[in-house]
Amino acid sequence: MTASTTTSDQSAMPEGFQEIAEDFHALGDKDRLQLLLEFANSLPELPERYAEHPELLEPVPECQSPIFLITEVEGAGREATARLFFSAPPEAPTTRGFASILAEALDGRAVGEVLDTPDSVTGQLGLAKVVSPLRLNGMAGMLARIKRQLAQKAGL
Amino acid sequence: MPVPHDPAPALQDYAHPEKLVTTEWLAEHLGAVGSGDLAVVESDEDVLLYETGHIPGAVKIDWHLDLNDPVSRDYVDAEGFAKLMDASGISRDTTVVIYGDKSNWWAAYALWVFELFGHPDVRLLDGGRAAWEAEGREMTTDVATVAEVPSGSGYPVTERNDAPIRAFREEVLDFLGGQLVDVRSPQEYTGERTHMPDYPQEGTVRGGHIPTAHSVPWARAAAEDGRFRSRAELEAIYPGELGFDPAQPVIAYCRIGERSAHTWFALKYLLGFEDVRNYDGSWTEWGNAVRLPIAVGTEPGEVPGR
Repeated sequence: MTASTTTSDQSAMPEGFQEIAEDFHALGDKDRLQLLLEFANSLPELPERYAEHPELLEPVPECQSPIFLITEVEGAGREATARLFFSAPPEAPTTRGFASILAEALDGRAVGEVLDTPDSVTGQLGLAKVVSPLRLNGMAGMLARIKRQLAQKAGL
Repeated sequence: MPVPHDPAPALQDYAHPEKLVTTEWLAEHLGAVGSGDLAVVESDEDVLLYETGHIPGAVKIDWHLDLNDPVSRDYVDAEGFAKLMDASGISRDTTVVIYGDKSNWWAAYALWVFELFGHPDVRLLDGGRAAWEAEGREMTTDVATVAEVPSGSGYPVTERNDAPIRAFREEVLDFLGGQLVDVRSPQEYTGERTHMPDYPQEGTVRGGHIPTAHSVPWARAAAEDGRFRSRAELEAIYPGELGFDPAQPVIAYCRIGERSAHTWFALKYLLGFEDVRNYDGSWTEWGNAVRLPIAVGTEPGEVPGR
Protein backbone atom coordinates (compact mmCIF):
# COMPACT_ATOMS: atom_id res chain seq x y z
CA MET A 1 0.00 0.00 0.00
CA THR A 2 2.82 2.37 0.76
CA ALA A 3 4.48 3.99 -2.21
CA SER A 4 7.93 3.11 -0.92
CA THR A 5 7.67 -0.67 -1.13
CA THR A 6 11.11 -2.01 -1.89
CA THR A 7 12.24 -5.34 -3.19
CA SER A 8 14.12 -6.27 -0.03
CA ASP A 9 14.80 -9.92 0.65
CA GLN A 10 11.59 -11.33 2.11
CA SER A 11 13.36 -14.02 4.07
CA ALA A 12 15.68 -11.79 6.08
CA MET A 13 14.01 -11.12 9.41
CA PRO A 14 15.79 -8.25 11.14
CA GLU A 15 17.18 -9.06 14.58
CA GLY A 16 14.79 -6.81 16.50
CA PHE A 17 11.78 -8.58 15.03
CA GLN A 18 13.02 -12.17 15.30
CA GLU A 19 11.89 -12.92 18.82
CA ILE A 20 8.60 -11.06 18.37
CA ALA A 21 7.82 -13.03 15.22
CA GLU A 22 8.74 -16.32 16.91
CA ASP A 23 6.46 -15.50 19.84
CA PHE A 24 3.50 -14.76 17.57
CA HIS A 25 4.07 -17.75 15.33
CA ALA A 26 4.22 -20.09 18.34
CA LEU A 27 0.64 -19.18 19.26
CA GLY A 28 -2.82 -20.03 17.95
CA ASP A 29 -5.02 -17.30 16.48
CA LYS A 30 -6.80 -16.29 19.69
CA ASP A 31 -3.59 -16.16 21.67
CA ARG A 32 -1.94 -14.04 18.99
CA LEU A 33 -4.60 -11.41 19.60
CA GLN A 34 -3.93 -11.63 23.33
CA LEU A 35 -0.23 -11.09 22.73
CA LEU A 36 -0.99 -8.11 20.50
CA LEU A 37 -3.13 -6.77 23.34
CA GLU A 38 -0.20 -7.18 25.74
CA PHE A 39 1.89 -5.14 23.34
CA ALA A 40 -0.88 -2.52 23.21
CA ASN A 41 -0.99 -2.30 26.98
CA SER A 42 2.76 -1.92 27.27
CA LEU A 43 3.18 0.92 24.76
CA PRO A 44 5.39 3.40 26.63
CA GLU A 45 3.85 6.75 27.54
CA LEU A 46 5.09 9.80 25.68
CA PRO A 47 7.86 11.64 27.50
CA GLU A 48 6.75 14.97 28.91
CA ARG A 49 8.41 17.04 26.21
CA TYR A 50 6.07 15.50 23.63
CA ALA A 51 3.04 14.89 25.81
CA GLU A 52 2.86 18.67 26.23
CA HIS A 53 3.49 19.32 22.53
CA PRO A 54 1.40 16.86 20.52
CA GLU A 55 1.72 19.13 17.46
CA LEU A 56 5.32 17.98 17.10
CA LEU A 57 4.22 14.44 16.27
CA GLU A 58 3.45 13.21 12.78
CA PRO A 59 0.05 11.60 12.08
CA VAL A 60 -0.07 8.21 10.34
CA PRO A 61 -3.13 8.23 8.08
CA GLU A 62 -2.58 4.63 6.95
CA CYS A 63 -3.93 3.54 10.31
CA GLN A 64 -7.66 3.43 10.82
CA SER A 65 -7.33 4.97 14.25
CA PRO A 66 -5.47 8.10 15.26
CA ILE A 67 -1.79 7.54 15.90
CA PHE A 68 1.07 9.99 16.03
CA LEU A 69 4.76 9.34 16.06
CA ILE A 70 8.05 11.16 16.31
CA THR A 71 11.65 10.00 16.11
CA GLU A 72 14.88 11.32 17.57
CA VAL A 73 18.41 10.66 16.43
CA GLU A 74 21.34 10.59 18.87
CA GLY A 75 24.46 11.14 16.82
CA ALA A 76 24.74 11.35 13.06
CA GLY A 77 24.77 9.01 10.10
CA ARG A 78 24.01 5.31 10.06
CA GLU A 79 25.69 4.70 13.42
CA ALA A 80 23.41 7.15 15.24
CA THR A 81 20.90 5.76 17.74
CA ALA A 82 17.22 5.86 16.75
CA ARG A 83 14.62 6.74 19.37
CA LEU A 84 10.91 6.25 18.65
CA PHE A 85 7.90 7.76 20.41
CA PHE A 86 4.24 7.02 19.76
CA SER A 87 0.88 8.29 20.89
CA ALA A 88 -2.42 6.46 20.34
CA PRO A 89 -5.60 6.42 22.44
CA PRO A 90 -6.70 3.41 24.52
CA GLU A 91 -9.75 2.89 22.28
CA ALA A 92 -7.37 2.00 19.44
CA PRO A 93 -5.67 -1.10 20.87
CA THR A 94 -4.71 -2.60 17.50
CA THR A 95 -2.88 0.54 16.49
CA ARG A 96 -1.24 0.74 19.92
CA GLY A 97 -0.16 -2.86 19.54
CA PHE A 98 1.46 -2.16 16.17
CA ALA A 99 3.28 0.86 17.60
CA SER A 100 4.44 -1.13 20.59
CA ILE A 101 5.88 -3.88 18.37
CA LEU A 102 7.82 -1.30 16.35
CA ALA A 103 9.05 0.34 19.54
CA GLU A 104 10.28 -2.95 20.97
CA ALA A 105 11.91 -4.02 17.70
CA LEU A 106 13.50 -0.75 16.66
CA ASP A 107 13.83 1.74 19.50
CA GLY A 108 17.47 2.16 20.54
CA ARG A 109 18.89 0.49 17.45
CA ALA A 110 21.26 2.07 14.96
CA VAL A 111 19.58 4.31 12.40
CA GLY A 112 21.18 2.30 9.59
CA GLU A 113 19.69 -0.89 10.95
CA VAL A 114 16.22 0.63 11.07
CA LEU A 115 16.59 1.96 7.53
CA ASP A 116 17.59 -1.51 6.34
CA THR A 117 14.43 -3.05 7.81
CA PRO A 118 12.53 -4.53 4.86
CA ASP A 119 9.05 -3.06 4.48
CA SER A 120 7.74 -6.60 4.18
CA VAL A 121 8.55 -7.33 7.83
CA THR A 122 5.13 -6.20 9.02
CA GLY A 123 3.56 -8.98 6.97
CA GLN A 124 5.81 -11.67 8.45
CA LEU A 125 4.79 -11.49 12.09
CA GLY A 126 1.86 -13.89 11.80
CA LEU A 127 -0.71 -11.14 12.27
CA ALA A 128 -2.35 -10.93 8.84
CA LYS A 129 -4.76 -13.74 9.56
CA VAL A 130 -5.84 -12.42 12.94
CA VAL A 131 -6.11 -8.70 12.24
CA SER A 132 -6.53 -8.75 8.40
CA PRO A 133 -3.97 -7.57 5.82
CA LEU A 134 -5.90 -4.32 5.36
CA ARG A 135 -5.38 -3.36 8.97
CA LEU A 136 -1.72 -4.35 8.79
CA ASN A 137 -1.23 -1.57 6.26
CA GLY A 138 -1.26 0.69 9.28
CA MET A 139 1.92 -0.82 10.66
CA ALA A 140 3.60 -0.56 7.26
CA GLY A 141 2.61 3.11 7.18
CA MET A 142 4.22 3.69 10.57
CA LEU A 143 7.41 1.95 9.53
CA ALA A 144 7.64 4.00 6.33
CA ARG A 145 7.26 7.23 8.28
CA ILE A 146 9.80 6.18 10.90
CA LYS A 147 12.36 5.44 8.20
CA ARG A 148 11.73 8.69 6.37
CA GLN A 149 12.03 10.77 9.55
CA LEU A 150 15.18 8.99 10.65
CA ALA A 151 16.89 9.32 7.29
CA GLN A 152 16.18 13.03 7.31
CA LYS A 153 17.26 13.60 10.90
CA ALA A 154 20.43 11.54 10.57
CA GLY A 155 21.38 13.45 7.44
CA LEU A 156 21.25 10.38 5.20
CA MET B 1 -38.62 -18.07 23.51
CA PRO B 2 -38.81 -14.64 21.87
CA VAL B 3 -37.25 -11.85 23.86
CA PRO B 4 -39.68 -8.94 24.42
CA HIS B 5 -39.06 -5.58 22.77
CA ASP B 6 -37.65 -2.68 24.68
CA PRO B 7 -40.63 -0.53 25.74
CA ALA B 8 -38.44 2.51 26.53
CA PRO B 9 -40.41 5.68 25.70
CA ALA B 10 -37.32 7.19 24.02
CA LEU B 11 -37.55 4.59 21.25
CA GLN B 12 -41.28 4.59 20.61
CA ASP B 13 -41.33 7.52 18.18
CA TYR B 14 -39.24 5.59 15.68
CA ALA B 15 -40.97 3.74 12.87
CA HIS B 16 -39.58 0.39 14.10
CA PRO B 17 -38.73 0.75 17.78
CA GLU B 18 -38.30 -3.02 17.99
CA LYS B 19 -34.99 -2.69 16.10
CA LEU B 20 -33.28 -0.83 18.97
CA VAL B 21 -32.63 -1.60 22.60
CA THR B 22 -31.41 0.79 25.26
CA THR B 23 -28.45 0.15 27.54
CA GLU B 24 -30.90 -0.14 30.48
CA TRP B 25 -32.85 -2.86 28.68
CA LEU B 26 -29.75 -4.84 27.85
CA ALA B 27 -28.44 -4.54 31.41
CA GLU B 28 -31.74 -5.98 32.66
CA HIS B 29 -31.61 -8.84 30.16
CA LEU B 30 -27.97 -9.83 30.60
CA GLY B 31 -29.09 -12.95 32.47
CA ALA B 32 -30.63 -14.30 29.26
CA VAL B 33 -27.45 -13.82 27.20
CA GLY B 34 -26.09 -17.15 26.07
CA SER B 35 -29.33 -18.98 26.88
CA GLY B 36 -30.08 -19.42 23.19
CA ASP B 37 -32.86 -16.82 23.40
CA LEU B 38 -30.59 -13.79 23.40
CA ALA B 39 -27.10 -13.26 22.00
CA VAL B 40 -25.01 -10.11 22.17
CA VAL B 41 -22.53 -9.46 19.38
CA GLU B 42 -19.74 -6.88 19.42
CA SER B 43 -18.64 -5.61 16.00
CA ASP B 44 -15.92 -2.97 15.92
CA GLU B 45 -13.60 -1.17 13.64
CA ASP B 46 -10.70 -2.04 15.95
CA VAL B 47 -10.24 -5.79 15.92
CA LEU B 48 -8.74 -5.86 19.44
CA LEU B 49 -11.27 -3.71 21.24
CA TYR B 50 -13.40 -6.70 22.27
CA GLU B 51 -10.34 -8.24 23.95
CA THR B 52 -9.83 -5.11 26.07
CA GLY B 53 -13.22 -5.71 27.68
CA HIS B 54 -16.77 -6.28 26.43
CA ILE B 55 -20.33 -6.70 27.62
CA PRO B 56 -20.57 -9.94 29.64
CA GLY B 57 -21.55 -12.84 27.41
CA ALA B 58 -20.96 -10.91 24.16
CA VAL B 59 -19.29 -12.69 21.27
CA LYS B 60 -17.15 -10.91 18.69
CA ILE B 61 -17.91 -10.82 14.98
CA ASP B 62 -15.41 -8.94 12.85
CA TRP B 63 -16.63 -7.48 9.56
CA HIS B 64 -13.37 -8.16 7.81
CA LEU B 65 -12.36 -11.53 9.20
CA ASP B 66 -15.80 -13.07 9.66
CA LEU B 67 -18.31 -11.41 7.32
CA ASN B 68 -16.29 -10.78 4.16
CA ASP B 69 -15.55 -13.59 1.78
CA PRO B 70 -11.76 -13.93 1.66
CA VAL B 71 -11.65 -14.42 -2.11
CA SER B 72 -14.59 -12.79 -3.87
CA ARG B 73 -15.46 -9.18 -3.02
CA ASP B 74 -18.64 -10.30 -1.37
CA TYR B 75 -20.01 -11.50 1.93
CA VAL B 76 -19.72 -15.03 3.21
CA ASP B 77 -22.07 -17.57 1.65
CA ALA B 78 -24.91 -19.42 3.32
CA GLU B 79 -22.66 -22.22 4.64
CA GLY B 80 -20.14 -19.71 5.92
CA PHE B 81 -22.81 -17.70 7.71
CA ALA B 82 -24.36 -20.80 9.26
CA LYS B 83 -20.94 -21.86 10.51
CA LEU B 84 -20.31 -18.41 11.98
CA MET B 85 -23.69 -18.48 13.72
CA ASP B 86 -23.00 -21.91 15.21
CA ALA B 87 -19.64 -20.73 16.47
CA SER B 88 -21.35 -17.67 17.98
CA GLY B 89 -24.08 -19.56 19.80
CA ILE B 90 -26.82 -18.11 17.59
CA SER B 91 -29.76 -20.14 16.29
CA ARG B 92 -32.41 -18.90 13.86
CA ASP B 93 -34.69 -18.14 16.84
CA THR B 94 -32.12 -16.19 18.82
CA THR B 95 -32.68 -12.48 19.34
CA VAL B 96 -29.38 -10.84 18.43
CA VAL B 97 -28.32 -7.47 19.83
CA ILE B 98 -25.31 -5.93 18.10
CA TYR B 99 -23.17 -3.10 19.42
CA GLY B 100 -19.80 -1.61 18.56
CA ASP B 101 -17.44 1.35 18.48
CA LYS B 102 -17.71 4.52 16.36
CA SER B 103 -21.41 5.23 17.02
CA ASN B 104 -22.31 1.67 16.00
CA TRP B 105 -21.22 2.17 12.44
CA TRP B 106 -19.68 -1.32 12.14
CA ALA B 107 -22.48 -2.77 14.24
CA ALA B 108 -25.01 -1.42 11.73
CA TYR B 109 -22.96 -2.98 8.95
CA ALA B 110 -23.00 -6.36 10.72
CA LEU B 111 -26.76 -6.03 11.29
CA TRP B 112 -27.24 -5.36 7.59
CA VAL B 113 -25.32 -8.58 6.74
CA PHE B 114 -27.47 -10.53 9.24
CA GLU B 115 -30.50 -9.22 7.37
CA LEU B 116 -29.07 -10.32 4.02
CA PHE B 117 -29.47 -13.81 5.47
CA GLY B 118 -32.93 -12.97 6.75
CA HIS B 119 -32.11 -13.45 10.42
CA PRO B 120 -35.55 -12.81 11.95
CA ASP B 121 -34.71 -10.74 15.02
CA VAL B 122 -31.60 -8.59 15.08
CA ARG B 123 -31.37 -5.27 16.93
CA LEU B 124 -28.84 -2.55 17.68
CA LEU B 125 -27.83 -1.38 21.13
CA ASP B 126 -28.54 2.35 20.89
CA GLY B 127 -25.34 4.27 21.61
CA GLY B 128 -23.17 1.20 21.19
CA ARG B 129 -20.04 0.47 23.14
CA ALA B 130 -19.39 4.10 24.07
CA ALA B 131 -22.78 4.54 25.75
CA TRP B 132 -22.40 1.31 27.74
CA GLU B 133 -18.91 2.31 28.89
CA ALA B 134 -19.89 5.92 29.65
CA GLU B 135 -22.57 4.67 32.03
CA GLY B 136 -19.99 2.60 33.88
CA ARG B 137 -21.78 -0.64 33.11
CA GLU B 138 -20.23 -4.05 33.58
CA MET B 139 -17.47 -5.11 31.20
CA THR B 140 -15.41 -8.26 31.24
CA THR B 141 -12.39 -9.70 29.49
CA ASP B 142 -13.74 -13.24 29.91
CA VAL B 143 -14.30 -14.66 26.47
CA ALA B 144 -17.85 -15.95 26.17
CA THR B 145 -18.05 -19.72 25.98
CA VAL B 146 -20.30 -21.07 23.29
CA ALA B 147 -21.76 -24.54 23.65
CA GLU B 148 -20.95 -27.00 20.89
CA VAL B 149 -23.87 -27.35 18.50
CA PRO B 150 -25.06 -30.95 18.20
CA SER B 151 -24.68 -32.07 14.60
CA GLY B 152 -27.83 -31.65 12.55
CA SER B 153 -29.26 -28.95 14.81
CA GLY B 154 -27.13 -26.03 13.70
CA TYR B 155 -28.10 -22.75 12.07
CA PRO B 156 -29.97 -23.46 8.84
CA VAL B 157 -28.07 -22.93 5.61
CA THR B 158 -30.20 -20.07 4.31
CA GLU B 159 -29.37 -18.51 0.95
CA ARG B 160 -28.56 -14.85 1.13
CA ASN B 161 -31.28 -12.67 -0.34
CA ASP B 162 -29.50 -9.54 -1.54
CA ALA B 163 -32.23 -7.97 -3.65
CA PRO B 164 -34.35 -6.19 -1.01
CA ILE B 165 -31.56 -4.31 0.81
CA ARG B 166 -28.44 -4.47 -1.34
CA ALA B 167 -27.81 -2.50 -4.54
CA PHE B 168 -25.31 -3.37 -7.26
CA ARG B 169 -23.59 -1.00 -9.61
CA GLU B 170 -25.83 -1.65 -12.63
CA GLU B 171 -28.87 -0.93 -10.47
CA VAL B 172 -27.31 2.29 -9.26
CA LEU B 173 -26.59 3.32 -12.85
CA ASP B 174 -30.27 2.89 -13.64
CA PHE B 175 -31.19 4.77 -10.48
CA LEU B 176 -29.42 8.07 -11.25
CA GLY B 177 -31.79 10.94 -10.58
CA GLY B 178 -33.53 8.89 -7.88
CA GLN B 179 -33.21 9.29 -4.11
CA LEU B 180 -29.49 8.61 -3.95
CA VAL B 181 -27.53 9.62 -0.86
CA ASP B 182 -23.77 9.84 -0.42
CA VAL B 183 -22.89 9.57 3.28
CA ARG B 184 -19.13 10.22 3.05
CA SER B 185 -17.41 13.35 4.31
CA PRO B 186 -17.97 16.58 2.33
CA GLN B 187 -14.36 16.44 1.07
CA GLU B 188 -14.86 12.97 -0.34
CA TYR B 189 -18.14 14.06 -1.96
CA THR B 190 -16.66 17.03 -3.76
CA GLY B 191 -13.67 15.03 -4.95
CA GLU B 192 -11.12 16.93 -2.90
CA ARG B 193 -10.09 13.64 -1.31
CA THR B 194 -10.78 9.96 -1.98
CA HIS B 195 -10.80 8.72 1.60
CA MET B 196 -11.94 9.85 5.01
CA PRO B 197 -9.91 12.54 6.75
CA ASP B 198 -7.14 10.78 8.72
CA TYR B 199 -7.94 7.44 7.08
CA PRO B 200 -5.87 5.56 4.56
CA GLN B 201 -6.16 6.02 0.85
CA GLU B 202 -7.50 2.68 -0.26
CA GLY B 203 -6.84 2.93 -3.92
CA THR B 204 -9.56 5.00 -5.54
CA VAL B 205 -8.51 6.47 -8.84
CA ARG B 206 -10.92 9.39 -9.03
CA GLY B 207 -12.49 11.71 -6.47
CA GLY B 208 -16.09 12.89 -6.59
CA HIS B 209 -19.54 11.36 -6.27
CA ILE B 210 -22.14 9.42 -8.20
CA PRO B 211 -24.04 11.91 -10.38
CA THR B 212 -27.24 13.20 -8.74
CA ALA B 213 -26.31 11.85 -5.27
CA HIS B 214 -27.09 14.13 -2.36
CA SER B 215 -24.51 14.63 0.37
CA VAL B 216 -25.53 13.78 3.93
CA PRO B 217 -22.55 12.61 6.01
CA TRP B 218 -23.60 9.53 7.99
CA ALA B 219 -22.68 11.05 11.36
CA ARG B 220 -25.53 13.53 11.05
CA ALA B 221 -27.83 10.68 12.09
CA ALA B 222 -25.83 10.17 15.30
CA ALA B 223 -25.87 12.37 18.40
CA GLU B 224 -22.71 13.28 20.32
CA ASP B 225 -23.20 10.35 22.69
CA GLY B 226 -23.32 7.89 19.78
CA ARG B 227 -27.08 7.28 20.02
CA PHE B 228 -29.33 7.88 17.05
CA ARG B 229 -30.87 11.32 16.73
CA SER B 230 -34.57 11.61 17.49
CA ARG B 231 -37.10 10.89 14.80
CA ALA B 232 -37.92 14.61 14.52
CA GLU B 233 -34.25 15.44 13.98
CA LEU B 234 -33.91 12.71 11.37
CA GLU B 235 -37.12 13.87 9.64
CA ALA B 236 -35.64 17.34 9.42
CA ILE B 237 -32.68 15.96 7.44
CA TYR B 238 -33.96 13.33 5.00
CA PRO B 239 -37.55 14.23 4.16
CA GLY B 240 -36.90 17.84 5.28
CA GLU B 241 -33.66 19.08 3.74
CA LEU B 242 -33.47 16.52 0.94
CA GLY B 243 -37.18 16.30 0.25
CA PHE B 244 -36.97 12.49 0.17
CA ASP B 245 -40.29 10.65 -0.01
CA PRO B 246 -40.48 7.62 2.35
CA ALA B 247 -42.68 5.78 -0.17
CA GLN B 248 -40.01 6.00 -2.90
CA PRO B 249 -36.83 3.88 -3.07
CA VAL B 250 -33.54 5.12 -1.65
CA ILE B 251 -29.98 3.94 -2.24
CA ALA B 252 -27.19 4.91 0.14
CA TYR B 253 -23.46 4.51 -0.40
CA CYS B 254 -20.11 5.52 1.07
CA ARG B 255 -16.63 4.10 0.43
CA ILE B 256 -17.10 0.38 1.08
CA GLY B 257 -20.68 0.32 2.38
CA GLU B 258 -20.00 0.44 6.11
CA ARG B 259 -20.91 4.04 6.92
CA SER B 260 -23.92 3.81 4.59
CA ALA B 261 -25.19 0.80 6.57
CA HIS B 262 -25.66 3.23 9.47
CA THR B 263 -27.70 5.58 7.25
CA TRP B 264 -29.55 2.59 5.78
CA PHE B 265 -30.61 1.59 9.30
CA ALA B 266 -31.76 5.12 10.14
CA LEU B 267 -33.82 5.47 6.95
CA LYS B 268 -35.36 2.01 7.02
CA TYR B 269 -36.03 1.40 10.67
CA LEU B 270 -36.09 4.79 12.36
CA LEU B 271 -37.90 6.73 9.62
CA GLY B 272 -39.74 3.82 8.06
CA PHE B 273 -38.67 4.34 4.43
CA GLU B 274 -40.14 1.39 2.57
CA ASP B 275 -37.38 0.51 0.16
CA VAL B 276 -33.82 1.29 1.22
CA ARG B 277 -30.79 -0.39 -0.27
CA ASN B 278 -27.12 -0.12 0.62
CA TYR B 279 -24.71 0.00 -2.32
CA ASP B 280 -21.72 -1.72 -0.71
CA GLY B 281 -19.57 -1.50 -3.84
CA SER B 282 -19.71 2.20 -3.07
CA TRP B 283 -17.00 4.62 -4.07
CA THR B 284 -14.20 2.04 -4.13
CA GLU B 285 -16.10 0.39 -6.99
CA TRP B 286 -17.79 3.35 -8.67
CA GLY B 287 -14.77 5.66 -8.52
CA ASN B 288 -12.59 3.03 -10.20
CA ALA B 289 -15.01 1.48 -12.67
CA VAL B 290 -14.45 1.84 -16.39
CA ARG B 291 -17.02 3.99 -18.25
CA LEU B 292 -18.99 5.06 -15.20
CA PRO B 293 -19.73 8.77 -14.96
CA ILE B 294 -18.88 10.82 -11.88
CA ALA B 295 -19.66 14.33 -10.69
CA VAL B 296 -17.29 16.63 -8.82
CA GLY B 297 -17.91 19.66 -6.62
CA THR B 298 -20.63 20.46 -4.11
CA GLU B 299 -23.63 20.04 -6.47
CA PRO B 300 -25.28 16.63 -7.09
CA GLY B 301 -24.95 17.12 -10.85
CA GLU B 302 -27.11 15.95 -13.74
CA VAL B 303 -28.07 12.51 -15.01
CA PRO B 304 -25.57 11.95 -17.85
CA GLY B 305 -27.01 11.28 -21.32
CA ARG B 306 -27.32 7.56 -21.95
